[in-house]
Amino acid sequence: MAKELWKGNEAVAEAAIKAGCRFFFGYPITPQNEIPEYMAMKMPQVDGCFLQAESEIAAINMVYGAAGSGARVMTSSSSPGISLKQEGITYIAGAELPCVIVNMVRGGPGLGGIQPAQSDYFQACKGGGHGDYRLVVLAPASVQEAVDLVQEAFDIADQYRNPVMVLGDGMIGQMMEPVEFTEVKKRSLPEKTWATVGTKGKRKPNVINSLFIDPADCEKHNFHLFEKYAEIEKNEIKVEEYNLEGAEIVFAAYGTIARIVKNAINSLAKEGIKAGLIRPITLWPFPAKSFEKAAEQAGVKAFMSVEMSMGQMVEDVKLSVNGKKPVYFYGRTGGMFPTPKAVAEEAKKILGGAK
Amino acid sequence: MAVVFEKTRGLAEKPFHYCPGCTHGIIHRLVAESLDELNLIDNAIGVAPVGCAVFAYDYFNCDMQEAAHGRAPAAATGIKRVNPNSAVFTYQGDGDLASIGTAEVVHAAMRGEKITTIFVNNAIYGMTGGQMAPTTLVGQKATTAPYGRDENHAGMPLRVSEMLATIPKTAFVERVSVHDVKHIIQAKKAIKKAFQLQMEGKGFTLIEVLSTCPTNWGKTPIEALKWLQENMIPYYPLGNFKNIEEVK
Repeated sequence: MAKELWKGNEAVAEAAIKAGCRFFFGYPITPQNEIPEYMAMKMPQVDGCFLQAESEIAAINMVYGAAGSGARVMTSSSSPGISLKQEGITYIAGAELPCVIVNMVRGGPGLGGIQPAQSDYFQACKGGGHGDYRLVVLAPASVQEAVDLVQEAFDIADQYRNPVMVLGDGMIGQMMEPVEFTEVKKRSLPEKTWATVGTKGKRKPNVINSLFIDPADCEKHNFHLFEKYAEIEKNEIKVEEYNLEGAEIVFAAYGTIARIVKNAINSLAKEGIKAGLIRPITLWPFPAKSFEKAAEQAGVKAFMSVEMSMGQMVEDVKLSVNGKKPVYFYGRTGGMFPTPKAVAEEAKKILGGAK
Repeated sequence: MAVVFEKTRGLAEKPFHYCPGCTHGIIHRLVAESLDELNLIDNAIGVAPVGCAVFAYDYFNCDMQEAAHGRAPAAATGIKRVNPNSAVFTYQGDGDLASIGTAEVVHAAMRGEKITTIFVNNAIYGMTGGQMAPTTLVGQKATTAPYGRDENHAGMPLRVSEMLATIPKTAFVERVSVHDVKHIIQAKKAIKKAFQLQMEGKGFTLIEVLSTCPTNWGKTPIEALKWLQENMIPYYPLGNFKNIEEVK
């Protein structure tokens, strides 16, 4: 198939449909409205169901019901709306239901703004809702990558019976880029024998539930979840390592900011400064090993996390570097973004200081 | 010897955890019998609430989901959209449905979701230990209304059936009670009718069942049944509030 020009949000919606998603429950919020709008137009054409819920809370609970019945189901929102979905997300994680949640992140806290941001990293990767649980968090850096990751997200969700979040900064949703829809590599996926579709009198009732009133059972359930998370950490880490050989400074950046950082790396190279980039594509599981390895490189003097936030991923970078090298942060927030020039200047300041 | 009464196969082999004198057990049986008699139990998917009936998923002999507090109608919406030919029901108490889940039930009714909601109204939060519910009567004492509900402070109790009956896409709304045999028989008739209309695709159906909570009302089971009759029925009149078959 030839490349076509797609707006990020619409491409994400089309990718979900191509991945077999036939149920979508949403609620309007900027800057992700083109996803529900596209779904509203397209779902009836593929015998699917788009439903505009009365709230984000209702939407995520519709996802719970549909996922519990074994359907491929998605919802999307942006930061304040994702906050409202957190209750449902922890129930979905607790009941081990597969689904895909898209967050086109905007500035916060509170009503914040409607311009792109990355300030929901903590919420996506460190809990968000109550209890011990993990989402698989995928962070595309281009519309093409968003399309690929959304399709894979459904397979990851089904393989592990776990919710998967696609964390796009608002820029991914709003910009247009050339896209080629290609099929993702087929996984062998388990049958959904646990789904509530009626017993048909042929088996014992299936129950979708996250309640374990006996604390010993509740702990056992948590242990089970964490065995699953360990498996995900073993199998699903995705990361891009760029220009690390001989690097004096290693940037950490995800999503569209990684592209800005690459521009900074190129301009630093012109000045004879070697800089590299580690771009986590899965924010959870976090590619800690890439950072551990880079921290072992003798030539690496420092790390610098660049984010559209006040510094959230930088905490995971620090944990991974584990004191072996200094870790710095540079960020803009609230809908503002770092320029390549500002990133390069910051890097030079750090290297000047580290010499 | 002829069997004159036996446990319905709509209920699982699990003893109820409910307090002595609580009418949840009767209501469970009426729902389960109705599903069995309509030949729907093997094709039914229920949604349990948060509250005293949270373990309903252990008691009904059909596929079940346990929803977050108040969200059962939203979860049931997802279930029904995936399984349009199944009998989908929610079983919710007054805190769950009439307080935290008001938006979900109103909008499920607004969309005409083809589900049946069993709304158990006992005018109190049972599981959490007797706090004031949106349906607690004026003057009724609760742990969070220790001087009795004051309408000037906490408002008047919500009449859910009357409110939902005004919504065009509701097909059937009836308030019943289970305080004596006559009313239990009437309650079952209404529950069966609601499931029938759901399966005919007529729209949203809700049965409000007035129920007792002897433990948190501080009454014996018999006193509680009498209190329901004398105090709840005057404020929550029994009867049908909407039947799409009779709407001209």
